[in-house]
Amino acid sequence: MGTAVRKKRTARVDSSSCVACGCCVKVCPKAAIQIVKGVVARVNPETCIGCGKCARECPASVIALEEAVV
Amino acid sequence: MKKKWYDYLWILSLTYLILGFFNILFAWLGLLCFFIPLLISAIGGSKAYCNRYCGRGQLLGLLGKRFSRKRDIPKWMKHKAFRYGFLAFFFTMFFLMLWNTYLVFAGARELGQVVTLLWTFKLPWHWAYHGTLFHPGVAQFAFGFYSVMLTSTVLGLITMLLFKPRSWCVYCPMGTMTQLICRARNGKP
Ligand code: SF4
Ligand code: SF4
Ligand code: SF4
Repeated sequence: MGTAVRKKRTARVDSSSCVACGCCVKVCPKAAIQIVKGVVARVNPETCIGCGKCARECPASVIALEEAVV
Repeated sequence: MKKKWYDYLWILSLTYLILGFFNILFAWLGLLCFFIPLLISAIGGSKAYCNRYCGRGQLLGLLGKRFSRKRDIPKWMKHKAFRYGFLAFFFTMFFLMLWNTYLVFAGARELGQVVTLLWTFKLPWHWAYHGTLFHPGVAQFAFGFYSVMLTSTVLGLITMLLFKPRSWCVYCPMGTMTQLICRARNGKP
């Protein structure tokens, strides 16, 4: 069964509507999301485990969880 | 995550609001919530104030844990047109408040011992005024500034209940302005 497709969920920020409040940063258990230059939040896909905590917290609801084949 | 000292700044924000019920002159302290975020964004180039130190945001977050419906904020409220429009409106009202203060300083107007909620409702607030050692204009500014702070708190509480705990941060004028400053200063990342 070595051909099974492994999927990974990753958070993705809609950067055009992010208000850079940092609420997502506070709840991420992996420190995988940071505010870049006070303008927008950015996820590090390497460390993000796709738990969705940030998405639930985001007051603007601009974080989506995306599934990607890895 | 371990709590840091700055995770308790909500206590200061709460104290500020309460002090305004006892002596309106404490309202002057609120200027800190204007200048600190502006300086951090203009000099430091970051939104560290929002991200770390803002007690009001923390307070709304804490209350929201219990009381918020935790629904998505309506799309139009996170639209740039609304956010920038609200910022402009907020500042217009702010300058109007400064103008009224100026009129009292200039002696063209009597001190109004009221707190104006939502730019409309005049709440009698004379119990929190015990005279000032300075000019009545000093008190007028305090009444005006406290009105701004109370109004934004009430709006924050309403959107906390209706939407997500920190929905206020989506359209908070300070948040919008510091983000604009960072963008102007740092460019688009
Ligand atoms: S919580 Fe949402 S709006 Fe706030 S910084 Fe994170 S992604 Fe942006
Ligand atoms: S999905 Fe979880 S791990 Fe990934 S950025 Fe959001 S909070 Fe952090
Ligand atoms: S957006 Fe406003 S209320 Fe929210 S953290 Fe920033 S300054 Fe505080």
